[in-house]
Amino acid sequence: MPTLLSKKYALIAIILVAILIPLLSTNEYYLHILTLSFIWIIAVYGLNLLAGFTGYLSLAHAGFFGIGAYALGLLTVKGGMSFWPAFFLAPVITTVIGFFIGLVALRTKEHFFAIYTLCVGYIIYLVIDKWEGLTGGVRGLIGIPGPTNIGPIELTSANARYYFVLTVLLLVVFLIYRIVNSLVGRSFIAIRNDEQLAQSIGISTLKNKLMSFVLSTFFAGLAGALYASFIRFIGPDISNINITFDLLIFMIVGGIGTLSGPVIGTLLIVVLSQQLQFLQDHRMLIFGPLLTSIIIFSPRGLAGMYLTWYYKRKAKKKAQIQTDNASIGGDS
Amino acid sequence: MFLEAKNLSKHFGGLHAVKEVDFSVEKGKINAIIGPNGAGKSTFFNVITGLHRPSSGQVIFKGDDISKLPPNKIALLGIARTFQTTNLFEQATVFENVVVGHRLRTKSNLFDAIFRTKRTKQEEEKCKEKALEVLHFVGLAHAAERMVGSISQEEKKRIAFALALATDPEIVFLDEPTAGVNPDETEELAQLMQKMVQKGITVCLIEHKMQMIMKLADKIMVLNYGEKIAEGTPDEINNNEEVIKAYLGGSASA
Amino acid sequence: MELLIQQLFNGLTIGSVYSLVALGLTLVYGILHIPNFAHGALYMVGAYVTLTMMVQGGFHYLLAIVISILVVGLISVLMERVVFHPLRDSTPIQHKVAAIGVLLFLEALAHYIWGADYQQMPTPYGQVVKVFDLTFTMQRILIVVTAIVVMILLYLFLKKTYTGATIIAMSQNREGAYLVGINANKVAMLTFFIAGALAAIGASLTSPINLVFPSMGHLVILKAFVIIIIGGMGSVPGAILGGYILGFSESLGATYLFSDYKDLIAFVLLVIILTVKPQGIFAKGGV
Repeated sequence: MPTLLSKKYALIAIILVAILIPLLSTNEYYLHILTLSFIWIIAVYGLNLLAGFTGYLSLAHAGFFGIGAYALGLLTVKGGMSFWPAFFLAPVITTVIGFFIGLVALRTKEHFFAIYTLCVGYIIYLVIDKWEGLTGGVRGLIGIPGPTNIGPIELTSANARYYFVLTVLLLVVFLIYRIVNSLVGRSFIAIRNDEQLAQSIGISTLKNKLMSFVLSTFFAGLAGALYASFIRFIGPDISNINITFDLLIFMIVGGIGTLSGPVIGTLLIVVLSQQLQFLQDHRMLIFGPLLTSIIIFSPRGLAGMYLTWYYKRKAKKKAQIQTDNASIGGDS
Repeated sequence: MFLEAKNLSKHFGGLHAVKEVDFSVEKGKINAIIGPNGAGKSTFFNVITGLHRPSSGQVIFKGDDISKLPPNKIALLGIARTFQTTNLFEQATVFENVVVGHRLRTKSNLFDAIFRTKRTKQEEEKCKEKALEVLHFVGLAHAAERMVGSISQEEKKRIAFALALATDPEIVFLDEPTAGVNPDETEELAQLMQKMVQKGITVCLIEHKMQMIMKLADKIMVLNYGEKIAEGTPDEINNNEEVIKAYLGGSASA
Repeated sequence: MELLIQQLFNGLTIGSVYSLVALGLTLVYGILHIPNFAHGALYMVGAYVTLTMMVQGGFHYLLAIVISILVVGLISVLMERVVFHPLRDSTPIQHKVAAIGVLLFLEALAHYIWGADYQQMPTPYGQVVKVFDLTFTMQRILIVVTAIVVMILLYLFLKKTYTGATIIAMSQNREGAYLVGINANKVAMLTFFIAGALAAIGASLTSPINLVFPSMGHLVILKAFVIIIIGGMGSVPGAILGGYILGFSESLGATYLFSDYKDLIAFVLLVIILTVKPQGIFAKGGV
C-alpha cells in the first residue's frame, strides 16, 4: 500500500523537522512560540476528541485548561510539592473534576450542552478570578517551577523544554491515534453521526460520551499543566472563554474530526498571528470571518478539504482504470 | 411467547400515542404493523426498542420484562432496529460505517485501545469479518469501499439493514424500510427481508405500501389513533370492516 | 423597607433589559433552532451606535436609539442571509461555530472602531424623581416604561397581525408553515430584524446607567441564554417572565446575599435547572 507508506514517510519527515528546528535556528523567540503552539495543540486534541469525534462541543475547555494550570501552580507554589508529582497530579485532578461535571453536563444535548458548558466555563473562570485566598485572584500565581532534571536528562534550557513539550505532544498524538482508530473510537464516531442509531446498535452512549468528555478534560488539564510550567506565571485569563474561542478556531480551521487538523490549524493560525502582529488586538477581524467561512464552505477544515480532494482523485483514477480496462477489453 | 407487548400505552402530555396495545410477534415470521399516518406505529416501535419508556404496560422478550431497559441493553439481548432516516459518516466508506455494528459483542476498552492488546486485535478482526459478512448478505459487498456520501438512497437503506444485522439479532424492527425508494428497489428490499427470515431472523416492520405488505407479511396488526383495531393474516385484514373504515375515513395516506 | 423597594425597582429595571435581549434570542431560536451566540455582539453594537449618534452626530437620545434600531436590525438580517441561511441544512455544531465567528468579528470591529475604553453614555433623563422617601432616576423609569411598551407592541404584533402570526406559526411547526405557503425566508429575515432591534433597544436603554465597552455583551448574552432556558427555548412569555425572575434574583441576591458573586446567580441557577431537567423547564414532553 503506497499511500500508507508515503503517509508514514511524511510523518517521520515532520517529526525530524520538529527535532531539528532548535538545532538549525537560534532564534529563542520562535522556539518559545513553537513550544507554546505545541501546548495549544494538545488542548485542541482534547477539544477535537469530544467535539470532532463524539459530536459534543464543549465551551468549558479553557476552564479545564485553567484547572490543570492552577492545579500545578497551587500544588507547587502553595503546596510546596516538587515539579514531577505535581505535573502528574494536575491532569488527574482536572480529570476527576471533569468526570463529575461531565456526569451532569452530558444529561443535556446539542445546544443545551453548549450553553451548559459555556456557563460551567464561566463559573470556573469566576471562581479562579474571585477566590483570591486560593488562587491569588487577578494578581495570579507567580514562581511556578519548570520541569526539573531527571537524573542525567537536563530539562532547564529552552531547547530542552522544547523537546520535553514535543515529546509530550507526540505521546498525545499517538494516544489520540490509537483511541480514534480503535473500537472505542468507532463508538465515539457512531455517537457523533447518529446518537439514537448508535444506542440502538448496542453502544452505551452514556458511558462512551462520559469517557470522551473525561479524556478531553484530561488533555486540557495536561496542556494547562504544561502551560503553567512553561510560562511560570498564570492568571485567571487562561480560563477565559476567549481561550476556548482560540482553541475552537485552531480546531475548525485545521479540521474538526480529523487527526491532523489540530496541528495544521494551530500552527497555521499561530504563524498567521505572528505575521499579523500589526493588527494586535484586532486579529479577530480576520479570524472571526475565517472561522465562519470555513464552517460554511469546508466544515471539516483544511485537513477535510485535502481529504475530500484526495478521495475524489482516487475515485476518479479508479474509474479511469476501469474504463481503460473496459475499452481494452472491447478492442480485443 | 417470543416477543410480546402487553397492554402497552405511551402518552405524551395529554396525547395518547399508543393505547393499551396487546401484540405478540411470531417467531421466524414477517410481522407487519400498518395504520394511517399518526396512528402511533413509530411510537410503538420506539417503546418496544427502549427509546421511550412505556407509560404503562410491559414488553416481554423471551420471558423477561424489557420495558425499563435502555436501547443499548435491548440491542444486547438480540433486538435490533432501523430508523426512517439513518445518519452515517458520509466521508468514510460503507465498510467503515458498518464495522461498529458488531461493537456490542466485543469487550475492548480504553486500555485495550491504547496498548492495542491481543484482545482488541482479535475483536477488531471479528468486527471486520462481521461487517463483510452482513454487507455480503444485504448485497452491498461490491460497494464496501465506496464513500457513503456517493451512494444511492436504496443503498443507504441496505447499510441500515447491515448495521442492524451486524449486532447478531434474533429479531429486527424495520421502520418503513422501503420509504423513498422506487418499486423495483422495493421488491428487492422485500426479498432481502424474506432472506432474513430464511436465515432465522424474525422481522417486524412498519410499512405504508399496502400491496407489498399484503404479499410479504405473515401477520399484520393495524393501529389507528394509537389503538389496535385488527390483527391477523393479510386475508383477514383485507376483509376487516374496521380496517376499511379507518383507511377510508382517516387520512388517505395508504 | 425602603431598601427593599429600591432593590425591587432595580430588579425591575435590570429585568426589563434582560427580557428585551432574551426575547430576541428566543424568537430566533424558535424559528431556526439556532442558539445565536452573536446576539450579545448585536447588543453591544446597539449601544455603540446610539452613543456615536449622540456624541458625534449630535442627535437626540431617542432619535439615536431609532437609528441604532435600524442599523443593528440590518446587521442582524445580514447575518441571517450571509451566515445562517447557507447553513440551514447543517449540523448544530456548525450553527454554533458560525455564530461564534460572527461574535468574534463584531467584537473586534467594535474594538477597532471605538477602542477598548469604557465609555459613558449621556442621557437627557438624568433627573432624580422623589416619591415619598424613595428616589428614582428618570432614566430607570424610562427603561421600565419603554421596555413594557415595546413588549406590548411586540405582543400585539405577534398576535394581531398576519405577519406576526406567521412567525408564531413557523416557530410552532416548521414543516406545517412551509405547507401552508409561508415564505420562510421572509419570516427568518423579519425575525432577525426584530431580534436585532430588541437588542439595540435594550442596550441603548441600559447604557446610561452602565458602561459601554466591546465585551459588554458577554455576560448579557450568557444570562439571556439562562433566561430562555428557564422560560423555555422559543417561548415569548417565558423570555419575559424569565428576564424579570433573573432581574429580581440578582438585585435581591446582591443586596442580601453576596454582592461579589452576583453574576454567578444566573449560572448557578442554570446549572441547577439543567441538572434537574436536562431539557429545560418547560420542554415539551417526550421525544
